[in-house]
Amino acid sequence: MSPLPIASQKTSQIRFTLNGEETDVSFAPYKTLLEVLREDLFHTGTKHGCELGECGACAVLLDGQPVLSCLVLALECGGRQVLTVEGLGEDGHLHPLQDAFADLGAAQCGYCTPAILVTAKALLDQNPHPTRDQIRAAISGNLCRCTGYLQIFEAVEAAMLKIADQKSKVR
Amino acid sequence: MPDEKDSRTTPADAPEANGNKLRVIGVPRRRVDARAKVTGQTRFADDIFLPRMAHCKLLRSPHPHARIRKIDTSRAAAHPGVYVVLTGKDVPIQYGILPVSQDEQALCVDRVRHVGDPVAAVVAREELTAFEALDLIDVDYEILTTISDPQEALTTPEPRIHEYGEEGNIHKLVALEFGNVEEGFAEADEIFEDTFFFQGNTHLPIEQHASVAIKDPEGKLTVWSSTQTPHYLHRALAKVLELPAAHIRVIATPNGGAFGGKSDPFNHEIVVAKAALLLDRPVKICLTREEVFYCHRGRHPVLMKFKTGVKRDGAITGMHLQTLIDGGAYGSYGVASTFYAGALQTTTYHIPRYRYQGCRTFTNKPPCGPKRGHGTPQPRFGQEVQLDKIAERLKIDPADLRLRIVESSNSVTANFLQLGTVNLAECIRRVAKVSNWKEKFRNLPEGHGVGLACSAYLTGAGLPIYWNKMPHSGVQLKFDRSGGVTIFCGATEIGQGSDDVLAGIVAEVLGIDTFDIRLFTGDTDLGPVDLGSYSSRVTLMAGNAALQAAERGKAILREAAAEKLQVPKERLCFAGKRVFDSAAPEKGLTFQEAVCLAEARFGTIGTVGSYTPPTSPALYKGGGVGPSPTYSYSAAVVQVEVNSVTGWVTVPKVWIAHDIGRALNPTLVRGQVEGSVYMGLGEALMEEQEFRRLPKKLSHALVHKFPSILEYKSPTSLDMPEVVTELIEEPDPRGPYGAKEVGQGPLLPIMPAVANAVYDAVGVRIDEIPVTPEKILKALAEKKAGRDPRFGPTDFPHIHWPEALRVPPPWEGGDGHAVNEVPRRQKSRQEKEKVLAS
Ligand code: FES
Ligand code: FES
Repeated sequence: MSPLPIASQKTSQIRFTLNGEETDVSFAPYKTLLEVLREDLFHTGTKHGCELGECGACAVLLDGQPVLSCLVLALECGGRQVLTVEGLGEDGHLHPLQDAFADLGAAQCGYCTPAILVTAKALLDQNPHPTRDQIRAAISGNLCRCTGYLQIFEAVEAAMLKIADQKSKVR
Repeated sequence: MPDEKDSRTTPADAPEANGNKLRVIGVPRRRVDARAKVTGQTRFADDIFLPRMAHCKLLRSPHPHARIRKIDTSRAAAHPGVYVVLTGKDVPIQYGILPVSQDEQALCVDRVRHVGDPVAAVVAREELTAFEALDLIDVDYEILTTISDPQEALTTPEPRIHEYGEEGNIHKLVALEFGNVEEGFAEADEIFEDTFFFQGNTHLPIEQHASVAIKDPEGKLTVWSSTQTPHYLHRALAKVLELPAAHIRVIATPNGGAFGGKSDPFNHEIVVAKAALLLDRPVKICLTREEVFYCHRGRHPVLMKFKTGVKRDGAITGMHLQTLIDGGAYGSYGVASTFYAGALQTTTYHIPRYRYQGCRTFTNKPPCGPKRGHGTPQPRFGQEVQLDKIAERLKIDPADLRLRIVESSNSVTANFLQLGTVNLAECIRRVAKVSNWKEKFRNLPEGHGVGLACSAYLTGAGLPIYWNKMPHSGVQLKFDRSGGVTIFCGATEIGQGSDDVLAGIVAEVLGIDTFDIRLFTGDTDLGPVDLGSYSSRVTLMAGNAALQAAERGKAILREAAAEKLQVPKERLCFAGKRVFDSAAPEKGLTFQEAVCLAEARFGTIGTVGSYTPPTSPALYKGGGVGPSPTYSYSAAVVQVEVNSVTGWVTVPKVWIAHDIGRALNPTLVRGQVEGSVYMGLGEALMEEQEFRRLPKKLSHALVHKFPSILEYKSPTSLDMPEVVTELIEEPDPRGPYGAKEVGQGPLLPIMPAVANAVYDAVGVRIDEIPVTPEKILKALAEKKAGRDPRFGPTDFPHIHWPEALRVPPPWEGGDGHAVNEVPRRQKSRQEKEKVLAS
């Protein structure tokens, strides 16, 4: 048998937590987290617009922090927690951010949306009542070419209120 | 504030719904495809993974202009993991979006015309393997002289970039005259002559172009692609691959942004189709961001000169516009762009006499094409900045000046464009009011300023690219016993919300919920043709087709329901998923019952609708570009702060009024307006597609300066100002429920409004887009030195224009024909004689 080209050799393996689920995956060692998510795990919700760390479309949460998955080697992710758009909803319900984005026009083509959603989630997790300027700053690394951002800001603010409201009811 | 109630329930569900008011149309709603988008389930082209799928990469030219002497692919073909290597001889047939410029080859056969022109393709098991194998292809190039800009193209007829076109490197010359412009100038009290330059820029959709092709189980070709124009891709594939069109299926996947950049048939689409047929396995390509910059088809750089005569009261007596357009390496939509650059000047203000001369040249840069506003933002910039200068000289407020000269509804312009509703005056009044224009203009402190500008845009091109008498849009509806309705239509969802437009219209007519509707769109096999998502045509054209199909379905259901309920047909109302007696609302059927009754009575229920635009009165050659069923209008006020030390411009606020006819879904309409404002600000202040020469000791090649998102500056969330959007809603009878376009028009006034605001702030004219800090500082230095406080081009080159086609305007008794046009048959005879004689 002739040797496989390096690209076809799934010689690396990690175990990590993907959207709350223990996950084993084998992949070619050079691959980024973005590539492994999309190509080896078929989690295609995470997008790409450059694969060079320039557009923000590939953002996921790594241990709760937004990272550009095109700049993270999958090999670095063993044992860690990764959250993608596929893991945002809970118990069959959309996350309040998802609901607000859907209702308020924050997703036009929807291509930048998965990354902005997880980035906004990280913001709200750390700062439940961000100001508009803090929202602006949080998503300033995520380019959106369709919306002009305003409906995105409004959706994050709407979700913020809804989450706060839900929490106060639980209490 | 967020809507607390479950927004998946459209207002059609409201129990109090009665027969008189609209329940879906005009109500802010969650779009039908929103859930897919926010859950990451929208399947873009690159999200398609198929068993045995191979990956394709293109080898692109490093030279801007060269002859290909030889290509040796043997080493690449032998590379482990490579399935096949293709070159130009595998796909030699020429194609292009316009019938008059079929000048592209999927892989260049003997000549490359810009850096990035593809010469070979590798298809391999893995993407990385294909990428590695590109290095193993040996191409022997003979370097040719590079034509870097239109001025150089005019003075360098040889080598010709293409063997067709007017002459030398001039691709297209247009000369049209509507009335005697010199007479107009003679009548004027003042003449204004200004030159402007609008730099090229690009669409920058966040989704990189991607395509997947398969030979399907029946042996036919299926291509999924991020395209705005599946119908035209379908045609190009049939031509190049020499397959019966009926054996090709094109599925436009939802586009991750397009803005005009995905409306040509592309080389990569043809290459993966060819490879899939050869290999009998799925083949995918996804372009890198750098390659997206090479695909381009973006805004043409345009040098323009406006000569305008005005009376002291502001009335325009005549206008003469000249444009010199940098087309890049291929035709693309360029012939249309050249006409568009001169077509819409007359749609905003009354211009009794008008002459347009346009020249598009080929250059060794990625081809330019249609970007949001196609061909019209550049001259609109010049026209609106010149109007600002005119207002100042005549000492008339710029808003008042415009109000005096706006065109009126239903008029026919000098160049025979039939206008629909024109609410530009209302746009101006509204935007002036909400922005406090009168208080601010010329009154803000130094460094702060406001600028006003207006625009118009087509609501759909009135003529198809391939002239024929068939409809431009078709819709089929299937009524199911479940009470569900399915829409089949070729319309392509590029993010603008075309699916929601179709669903909204059908839901409104039938009194059901948009979420009871299923859509199959953008698929050439499943739905009737829609020409594509370009020229802002979908809402009006596919919308009218959907309206017709839905009304026909409703008539069938009404027939059956009236019989069952023993109620006169006219009294039946469709609302809240019910069909009921409007005189006694409790007497009725569910929508589902009505469908079942109708099916029992008439058999399977399916209806169709289609739309063909009205014929245009513009009968002269070139009159095909510009006509539209109706036009949208916008007026914008932009406020700026200019730092006179750094030249930096910040925009705190924008007010914009848009004459939309009717907003079908106001949430989406606002999104289109704000997105247009955003993109307009990018063009106005920072975006530019620039090129530079590599050092002589390297290749001296003309290369793209910024083929990356990092270097190509576009506004981020930190740059976006507050935007106040005012919608002017007077329904236009030509649009479905009165709707006109919104996707492109609101972008157009932003660039001139910014330039006008900068003048108001610091007293310098930047007659060039983008308005960068560097240009402002240069103009401020001129001002300080007591010279002309201006930055911009000073002259327009001499071009040998052909004799203008003379078309007398309607008020001079014109019938839409040119008086000096040579009939086509006679012309071809003359040309034949010319060929024989030479
Ligand atoms: S893909 Fe653009 S930043 Fe990662
Ligand atoms: S919605 Fe299209 S890029 Fe953000």
